[in-house]
Amino acid sequence: MSSDRRVPIGPFALIGAIILLLLAAFAWAAGWIGRQRINGGDVIAALDYNGGKHAGYRRAHAKGLCFSGTFAANGAGAALSVAQAFARGSYPVIGRFSIAGGNPLAGDGRNVFHSMALLLNTPDGQQWRMAMDHTPIFPVADVASFVALQRATRPDAETGKPDPAVMEPFLAAHPEVKAFQDYMAKAVLPDSFANATYYSINAFGFTDRTGTARLVRWQFVPEATLTGLDKASLDQLPRDYLFREMIARTAKGSSRWRLQLVVANVGDVTDKATVAWTGPHRTIDAGTLTIRAVSPEEAGACRDLNFDPTILPVGIGLSDDPLLAARSKSYSSSFSRRAAEGAGPSAAGEHLRVETAR
Amino acid sequence: MTRHSLDFHPALRVLHWLIALAVLAMLFIGVGMVSTAGPLYPALLALHRPIGIVILVLVLIRLPLRLATGAPALPHNLAPLQKRIAAGSHILLYAAMIGMPLIGWAMLSAGSYPVLVVNGFTLPPILPHDLALYALLREAHTVVALLFFALILGHLAAALAHGLVRRDGVLRSMTLGHATAQPIEKTAASPASYDDAVDPVTVSVDKRTRVASDDA
Repeated sequence: MSSDRRVPIGPFALIGAIILLLLAAFAWAAGWIGRQRINGGDVIAALDYNGGKHAGYRRAHAKGLCFSGTFAANGAGAALSVAQAFARGSYPVIGRFSIAGGNPLAGDGRNVFHSMALLLNTPDGQQWRMAMDHTPIFPVADVASFVALQRATRPDAETGKPDPAVMEPFLAAHPEVKAFQDYMAKAVLPDSFANATYYSINAFGFTDRTGTARLVRWQFVPEATLTGLDKASLDQLPRDYLFREMIARTAKGSSRWRLQLVVANVGDVTDKATVAWTGPHRTIDAGTLTIRAVSPEEAGACRDLNFDPTILPVGIGLSDDPLLAARSKSYSSSFSRRAAEGAGPSAAGEHLRVETAR
Repeated sequence: MTRHSLDFHPALRVLHWLIALAVLAMLFIGVGMVSTAGPLYPALLALHRPIGIVILVLVLIRLPLRLATGAPALPHNLAPLQKRIAAGSHILLYAAMIGMPLIGWAMLSAGSYPVLVVNGFTLPPILPHDLALYALLREAHTVVALLFFALILGHLAAALAHGLVRRDGVLRSMTLGHATAQPIEKTAASPASYDDAVDPVTVSVDKRTRVASDDA
């Protein structure tokens, strides 16, 4: 300063205080100070802790297969939502079948989620992305429980099973996880990606043309009859059984599902994906999904996409289910990480290479 | 012309404070939304994109206006190095204001995300779908944001030092301005002596010494 007056301490102190206050507020907003928050990185760390880090792949549902097809809307869904996907017409879809877990080369003989992700494009330029599982319910209702679940169920290096000393108190504190495990133990484990019903997991807010909002869950119900894998001999199943079956099946013909929109009854739990909706519900058949082609992730269009279920067209919005935010943030963190790491080969791609070399 | 040569154009001042508010909000929303996997994440994300586009539009109006109307000269007794830092930091601030929304838009494009602004209004992609590019831009979006915030703190500290310590009228040139704050002086002095002064620096030094108490 070229001012020849004495250095004013007051104004400098004031300026310093303002800058420090802004810095502190910024640090608080960023979560660097104050109460601990669970962010996407914490979820990724828990997944990596559970199944080992597999750089370059989705941190969950790493093993996948791309597909493409169409969704033919019959117009009936327009009673619930103004989304163009429900207006009578045929819309292109791409998607991805996957099986739970972070290991892209894991065996298919596991009693875990079989999943279908979809990306539906409509002529109005909007997108509807979905990430669905073959169970109507999810083991946990919130992100803190999800992180705890990943930590508690880490397989022991020797037994290959979670440590009972960790698992017992965890299940005692999380009866919803116990209920899910009981459900999975009894439920049929589909022996094909093509004969499973895929559920939206969460409820979503649908808005019709009168502005009426309803909470809706949906499911894609297969045309093919459900038959299950023998759970007693899962360890003898060829590593990529489900993927090779779907590739072979699609070479012979397409697979179809009906989209059923299920409207919540008064009293249905809409903010917890752990709770199924039971009893009769208003259900609307909105159209048919047809999958005509599958391809390994190396060749397909699905690998470099984030099937974030919160990417929704006008007419479909989020519900009060906090799991949706957690899924969105976690998928995004997983996407950013694998984008920086660079993609690795897929299990289905290995077979493709072997067969092309033949 | 009511604009005084000691001040920024009134429209620039309005834009400056609108953008200042929006940029600060954006930086806080940005670091806030990535800090949580809770319900605030989608809520903040839904604000982040439209505000970003609003900033881009405002700054694209502001920059040509700034280039056309210029800036008041800095006090002559400011060290040359300080003047260079001031000029450089202003260029960086403009670069960040334009760059951040563009990086965000480009990043979403490279990640093949719909660039949803508000209520179904989506912008077209400005880059091809490319994950390596996405990763780079995603990182840049964070790094530039943090540098931007540091730059803003420096800018604010300097502006406050002009207003509270030096009391040289520089802060006032972006706030109320001299003409409106000094109606008595305006009538006392001939307007020509401000706008058409042969040596505006000499005039402004004299003036800025007198208006100094106003910034306190």
